[in-house]
Amino acid sequence: MQLTEKHKEYWRRNLNLTLVLTIIWFVVTFVMGYYARELATINFFGWPLSFYMGAQGSLIIYIIIIWVYAKKMGQLDEEYGVHEGDD
Amino acid sequence: MSSQISSNRAFFNQLKKYYTWYTGGFIVFLIALAILEQLGLPKVWIGYVFLFATIGLYAGIGIMSRTADVAEYYVAGRRVPALFNGMATGADWMSAASFIGMAGGLYLQGFDGLAFIMGWTGGYCLVAFLLAPYLRKFGQFTIPDFLGARYGGHTVRFIGVIGAIMCSFVYVVAQIYGVGLITSRMTGVEFTVGVFLGLAGILVCSFLGGMRAVTWTQVAQYIILIIAYMIPVVWLAVKHTGVPLPQFVYGAVLAKVTEREKVLTVDAKEKEVREIFKQRATDAKARVDALPKSWEEGKAAAEKRVADLRTANAPMTEQKAAEKSLADFPKTADDAKKAWTGQIATNNARSAPPMPHGEPFYTSKTGEAGDKERNTKRLNFLALTLCLMVGTAALPHILMRYYTTPSVKQARQSVFWSLFFIFLLYFTAPSLAVLVKFDIYTLIVGKSFADLPAWVAAWQKVDPRLLSITDINKDGIVQLAEIAIGQDIVVLATPEIAGLPYVISGLVAAGGLAAALSTADGLLLTIANALSHDLYYKMIDPNASTHKRITVSKVLLLVVAILAATVSAQAPADILFLVSAAFSLGAAAFFVPLVAGVFWKRATKWGAVTSMIGGITVTWYYMITTQPWLRSVFNVTSPVADNIWFGITPISAGIFGLPVALVLMIVVSLLTPAPDKETQELVEHVRYPNLKGDTVSTVGT
Repeated sequence: MQLTEKHKEYWRRNLNLTLVLTIIWFVVTFVMGYYARELATINFFGWPLSFYMGAQGSLIIYIIIIWVYAKKMGQLDEEYGVHEGDD
Repeated sequence: MSSQISSNRAFFNQLKKYYTWYTGGFIVFLIALAILEQLGLPKVWIGYVFLFATIGLYAGIGIMSRTADVAEYYVAGRRVPALFNGMATGADWMSAASFIGMAGGLYLQGFDGLAFIMGWTGGYCLVAFLLAPYLRKFGQFTIPDFLGARYGGHTVRFIGVIGAIMCSFVYVVAQIYGVGLITSRMTGVEFTVGVFLGLAGILVCSFLGGMRAVTWTQVAQYIILIIAYMIPVVWLAVKHTGVPLPQFVYGAVLAKVTEREKVLTVDAKEKEVREIFKQRATDAKARVDALPKSWEEGKAAAEKRVADLRTANAPMTEQKAAEKSLADFPKTADDAKKAWTGQIATNNARSAPPMPHGEPFYTSKTGEAGDKERNTKRLNFLALTLCLMVGTAALPHILMRYYTTPSVKQARQSVFWSLFFIFLLYFTAPSLAVLVKFDIYTLIVGKSFADLPAWVAAWQKVDPRLLSITDINKDGIVQLAEIAIGQDIVVLATPEIAGLPYVISGLVAAGGLAAALSTADGLLLTIANALSHDLYYKMIDPNASTHKRITVSKVLLLVVAILAATVSAQAPADILFLVSAAFSLGAAAFFVPLVAGVFWKRATKWGAVTSMIGGITVTWYYMITTQPWLRSVFNVTSPVADNIWFGITPISAGIFGLPVALVLMIVVSLLTPAPDKETQELVEHVRYPNLKGDTVSTVGT
């Protein structure tokens, strides 16, 4: 079948969202991991910042970005008429 | 459609009711056991009650969920609500290693161990954006199913089957090994008996009801394992901080541990003990250098001592000790070399000052050598994190779970719930490690040997590899350097360290058992389905009746389970390494073809074939040439140093397989003709949750 312009736009917006969230994921994991020794000197509520990020902070961010993805995609599905009916 | 929705909602409410009652019932059961313990129920009985009550419970759920329907058997009827699928994924995901080993690993490795915490959670981001919703829309039964449909032909499907079995089998062997270990420790039965007892529990469940039974059992197992993990940690937090929320307050404890490390590093008595270990390492080195003469002399001296004591008619205990040291003396000069080289390493390790727990990429080296070592450690930390994350997003037993939700939307939400339930345990583990470290550094170190708490002696007796405290410098006081700790002890002994009754120790063992059993369930099903669905039904006999398919699947499940248990009963070497290897292999084999299959229409069959073969080959090659156990299996003799690339440890071998897989996928795809129109339409089909006018139908039957 031929995809409409609207369908193509849905996919583009999905790709944009995926890209943005993947960049956040990458920065939180690898950029902060790379600079862990530098960040260890910063005190974050009693923890060295890099230790806190590795043990909790990054995990919380992962959960939030997955939640945002599920939420946003649910909205996009509705907006572009590709949803599966409500459940 | 609307009747479907209301029935889904009713089903959700019903499940909520069942599991609330179940949780309440379990708590009542715990309280009853605690009362019985106070009334004098012997400890070994508590172990038996936990073992049989929990395995009986899982078997009961298995029997209630028995089914002969294909969709129910393979994907639980595709009506598992997002929240419950999340819990089931949590149990499926968290293995014996996460439950028992993780906190101990963090205790021993400090910051660098956090690669496991981040790696085993962050991978769910990739699952969420790149795979789960698309696999759900595709909606068949297994991961090779998707590869086979997207790339066409049996070749890709077949490589997928091999890859899925390769990752899952080593993993399931490790789980069954864990089951045997916990069962034998809980009740005192033989290890092999423990393995087969646990196996019975796994089989009753998955054999009768396939994915459906496994799903509902995994939810029940998640509830037990999370309760078992939390109670002791919360108690320990109250003991040391007065606040029952360990995850939020252990920053202050970490600061105290750091202070204590500084004191212990310069303490004179500690230095004395470390010097003794250093001397022992030097002695061992001298003996290795003087081989084979040192071996002959040592053997002669040991023989002479036995003979001398016998002629002098010395006390029996002295004679026995001398005989034992003669019997333990290396049998050949080669054995001596192995044993003494090992002693150099152990003694050198024990002569090191305490590692700063919160410091990233710590090394005791200074100057340029220190910088170099720190950079290598950082590189390994990042590489391991990446391998674990990508591996998470490629392990078939996890991805398969997202086939079971009612819709694409719920598949997305379900990844959120999965990570949420996994997070509860993973953000607690680092706090447990710090709390136990604080306890040992302040309450055990500095105490006299006569006043050590009872749990120390008890665990030393169970297994000296778990915990051993010996008075090296004979001053009657415990120094930190005199304590040797194995990683499993941290979780296993926490109830006693926190001063909780034995019933909680039983609960922790039951939690570990739940973690191992639930993971084993999911893995066995993955292997059996790859064989029965992909190999038998799709490739050998496409006309098989549904009845026959299910029967074949059940027979295979039995065969694979018995095979895995037989391998585990041999207690193979380096089981932990093999588990981590599964992640590297999964990452190199599956991630690229799965993601490209959705996001790149141009990806072709030969791109996928070469990508999977190339990724797996490079990963295996690196592991075989650098990992000690695999080197001996494959008889690799070239020096390790020649085979190591960029200082990367073999556990992260996937870091080399992954780029190779990616490059091959791109280059070979571009060199081969673009996929046909049908395949392109399939890609469009999976990209949209609901496409009007879509003629492609992939829902499996």
